[in-house]
Amino acid sequence: MSFINYAAREINCKLVYYGPGLCGKTTNLQHIYKRVDPGAKGKLISLATETERTLFFDFLPLELGTIRGFKTRFHLYTVPGQIFYEASRKLILKGADGVVFVADSQIERVEANIQSLADMRQHLADQGIDPDKIPLVLQYNKRDLPNVIPIDELQKALNPRNLPWFEAVAPQGIGVFETLKAVAKVVMQELQKKT
Amino acid sequence: MRPIADLVIYEEDLSRINACLSALQRKARSAAILLIDTSGQLIASAGGTDGLDTTPLASLAAGSIAAAGALAQLLGEKEFSFVFYDGERKRLHLSLIGGRAILLVLLDQNSAVALVRLQVKKFSREIEEILTELSRRPDPVAEGGNPRLKPPIGEITDDDVENLFGKG
Repeated sequence: MSFINYAAREINCKLVYYGPGLCGKTTNLQHIYKRVDPGAKGKLISLATETERTLFFDFLPLELGTIRGFKTRFHLYTVPGQIFYEASRKLILKGADGVVFVADSQIERVEANIQSLADMRQHLADQGIDPDKIPLVLQYNKRDLPNVIPIDELQKALNPRNLPWFEAVAPQGIGVFETLKAVAKVVMQELQKKT
Repeated sequence: MRPIADLVIYEEDLSRINACLSALQRKARSAAILLIDTSGQLIASAGGTDGLDTTPLASLAAGSIAAAGALAQLLGEKEFSFVFYDGERKRLHLSLIGGRAILLVLLDQNSAVALVRLQVKKFSREIEEILTELSRRPDPVAEGGNPRLKPPIGEITDDDVENLFGKG
């Protein structure tokens, strides 16, 4: 939910990174955390298992600067990607202003991507959010691996509406900030429509 | 219809909320109070929050309340009315206000749980009334809305967002 505090002159937005297990959602946040100035970020909170799989969510607050005199804060969340954490994924989408769908580009993950996208649309609807209207950006991650699907096939399977999309190699930071900027722009456009 | 759960707060709203939270903090003899929306964003606070990292506190409290709500539903309950964490020196009392906000009360060694619960119950009604009023306020852009409240957000451009990220 976007929260505009005129008293403190702040705009707060919640962005959620969604996608199948091991697609690189947490890696996106880790890269952002590494690259952003210390003064512009809070702690990166990871609720993870002993084997570093996301158990509930990762959370990274960013306060990158001001727009028209308003401090602009983005609260970044990831969902746990593993299938059996479905209930947790639904909770984290509550109040989301924008979503990044991180797809795993490897051939063997096609079904997992499609299933995860369908699951996301259902959970958004369950939270009272129209899945066709929420700001959404796609990231095709792991483009450096040898067994990746061509982009046009990913587009056909996952992005029939031709929403903004980016190729990425998250551990190297390729495409990470481009994706974040793109979703931030769409969220701000949406905020303008509402106000 | 206004988009769900979007919240706009002005000076006078914050003054009312702050007054309410401060009174609760005093009467409950608690260390600090946070009012958080259910998506995890901090709305307001009172008491000794200087040493607290309130942003992740708000996010984790929302996660905790959301998990408690889901657990309740699995067990056939409508909701659990509060969540309590009991540490050696500090305790946390989390409760839901009207399904739209979370009240986090931080207790220290001087606080009594029974008193906190009593005061939280009492003040929750007042806070819920304020939040309900805010959510029903006419859209300032629509006809009949107060033009003084029209937010200047419409002026944001893609370049403004680019500038936030600098050259990165």
